[in-house]
Amino acid sequence: MEIFWYSLIGIILVIFFILDGYDFGTGIIHLFYAKKEKDKEVITKAAGLFWDSNEVWLVAAGGMLFMAFPTYYASVFSGLYLPLIIVLWLIIFRALGLELRGQFNYQMWKDIWDKAFGVSSLLLTLFFGIALGNVLRGVNLGGVEGTEGIYEGHYFFLPLWSHDFSPLSTHPGVIDWFTIIIGIIAVVTIAIHGANWVILKTNASINEKLKKVRFRLGIALVILTLFSLSIWNLINPEAYSNFAEHPYFIIFPLIYITGLAGILMSHKFKKEITPFICSTLLIVGGIISSISSMFPVILPSTNDIHESLTIYNTSTSEYGMNTAFIWGIIGVILIIVYFIIQKRLTTGKVDKMDYGH
Amino acid sequence: MEDMIFYDRLQFAFTITFHYIFPQLTMGLSLIIVLFKFQFLRTKIEKYNDAAKFLMKIFAINFTMGVITGIPMEFQFGTNWAKFSELTGGIIGQTLAMEGLFSFFLESSFLALFIFGEKLMGQRLHFLTGLLVFIGSWASGYLILATNAWMQHPVGYEILENGRFVLTNFSELFTNPWLMPAFLHNQMASLVTSSFVLASIGAFYVLRNKQVEFGRLFLKSGVILGLISSLLVAFPTGDWNAKNMAKYQPGAFAAMEGIFETEHAGAEIVLIGQPNMVEKKLDNKLAVPNVLSFLTYQDWNMQIKGMDQFEEDELPDNIPALYYSYHIMVGLGTIFLGIMALAVFLLWRKKLFKSKAILWTILFLFPFPYIANITGWYTAELGRQPYLVYGLLRTADGVSPNVSSGNTLFTLLGFMGLYLILGLLFVLLVGKTIHQGPTPKKH
Repeated sequence: MEIFWYSLIGIILVIFFILDGYDFGTGIIHLFYAKKEKDKEVITKAAGLFWDSNEVWLVAAGGMLFMAFPTYYASVFSGLYLPLIIVLWLIIFRALGLELRGQFNYQMWKDIWDKAFGVSSLLLTLFFGIALGNVLRGVNLGGVEGTEGIYEGHYFFLPLWSHDFSPLSTHPGVIDWFTIIIGIIAVVTIAIHGANWVILKTNASINEKLKKVRFRLGIALVILTLFSLSIWNLINPEAYSNFAEHPYFIIFPLIYITGLAGILMSHKFKKEITPFICSTLLIVGGIISSISSMFPVILPSTNDIHESLTIYNTSTSEYGMNTAFIWGIIGVILIIVYFIIQKRLTTGKVDKMDYGH
Repeated sequence: MEDMIFYDRLQFAFTITFHYIFPQLTMGLSLIIVLFKFQFLRTKIEKYNDAAKFLMKIFAINFTMGVITGIPMEFQFGTNWAKFSELTGGIIGQTLAMEGLFSFFLESSFLALFIFGEKLMGQRLHFLTGLLVFIGSWASGYLILATNAWMQHPVGYEILENGRFVLTNFSELFTNPWLMPAFLHNQMASLVTSSFVLASIGAFYVLRNKQVEFGRLFLKSGVILGLISSLLVAFPTGDWNAKNMAKYQPGAFAAMEGIFETEHAGAEIVLIGQPNMVEKKLDNKLAVPNVLSFLTYQDWNMQIKGMDQFEEDELPDNIPALYYSYHIMVGLGTIFLGIMALAVFLLWRKKLFKSKAILWTILFLFPFPYIANITGWYTAELGRQPYLVYGLLRTADGVSPNVSSGNTLFTLLGFMGLYLILGLLFVLLVGKTIHQGPTPKKH
């Protein structure tokens, strides 16, 4: 049952990053490449029409994590207190940008909310990447100083950064050079995804340029991926052995590589949807490969006193998980149905679509 | 430690109070929208359809605000109340996750369809999407109330050796005797807010002599629904809740009613008075003898336990706040009934649309149901103190042990600043929508 909930929450989180990822990415593209008012308007719309129904997936994932792995929820949310609250503020700020831009028709008002949307999309993506980096690197569970912890073994608290920004120190902060690299990888991936979304959903005049940008970002991602793989061994010496132990996990890195190759060959594809599928594969492969490298650990401990958090030592009772299994299946079927109905009605380019206001 | 608990409580109170401005309107409003849309299907009069679509715009703004202020609520269980989450997540996580999966998705998907898809779907399907938005928003309220009901009156659980609560009976979460009265009371209170807002918009249009046709429609529907919901919120739903308090949380009941000393031959009902916590009595009291015993037990002479019968650490830790919250709610509820009864009477005598005094009163009445709703929730939440899970887990034992008070104060100030901007922009957006009115063309 633990594995079922672990997989389901994982899938829902990945869906969240695919869906909200494209509107985060749209924000990043908007920030750097949209210059003409017409492009700005239509690119904002490509995110503005969809962001709220995409963020529902985050709420669903959070609720299920709370139910199935309460100890993990408590540990990670309180330990990463500061970055999570910053993420909340950015989510709110970004929503303001999207919703308010079109309310008044003068340039300075629009510019303010454009920047709010763009900058918060960029920072949110960076922080989500950094959060993933923290989970991969592990934390000082129990707040151990010397041989004794100041908290119970499943609690910790991270400062935003520590003096040397090193992931190898005994007291790493939220931001160190490893988590920053993961953050940048997230930004590049999501920017590619966003560029694909803009090309797919709009007739913006920068679309041709975005295709070149996408290629360059793809090259950058190849370099970043190789670099992060080469240092991963320093962070987690056992990262690769998990793939040896569970050989079928190898499929996830393969999905990532397929996606990346697809992005680099995008100019050969005829349909605009194909590159978007490739960047979706990138997100799926990237997140699941990194998480599965630790399985069944979900938060490694950086000290020898307290054991890492796993899906087994943080889960709720068997009865609770079994009961939720029944309504969980029904719920997931329902949301897939809603999702299909909704997407069928919003296919095509957004240029002519009405905001509904 | 004291500091930590104080700031964690203050942050939760602040963010939930701000959040609850929005759902209390959307829950009631979704029902009103369904009624207008239904009326349109029945009569084919375009006015009703325009009204439904106009109200859905206001709904959508409130829904968006509800989403972005709601995500921090879910996060805060983990960030500020980690120990509580760890110990009870296996139970309240059930209802909270169900809220996300069943109601939140339903509401957000079909809201988008209602707004985009009228032409694509045809009128019957459009009505159906509105109905599904209504069901989603009420299901959301139901599941949140189920969560709260478990904290007020825990059922279907077992406590393990390590202090963690685990679920032993899923269906008891929904047959909890606390749940149905609280849910119905809450929904009726939400209908009070939305019908008062509707009437207020109507009064605005009529007084301004603009969009008068809609002004009259909104006024008429607003005051009729306002009277019905003001009645139902007091009786029977409010009454059921008070009886539940007396039965399951007698200490909190004594504190909210302001009974310091047990009276053996029937308890009086306090209308006005100020709790004096030093001398443990009510100052400047105005009370009617024996009525409380009758209301609670239908027996004029039944004894009701006063606060003197409970240990200090079993009683709510802020008795004056609890007492005032409850009395403000009840007092406002009574005033609402009076004003709405008068408005309906004037409507019946065909004088409502001409009577300036009552129109101005209705126009400026709309903030008060928000206050009544929020003080009602304060009554429930302050009454549950000093516990998070009544009788079992103290509030002091639920906070995150690893988050310092300085950090919480920092984030609290951040939320206050951000919510100030959010609130201003909300008023701006809703104001703009109301100003434009149901039909863009000038009447």
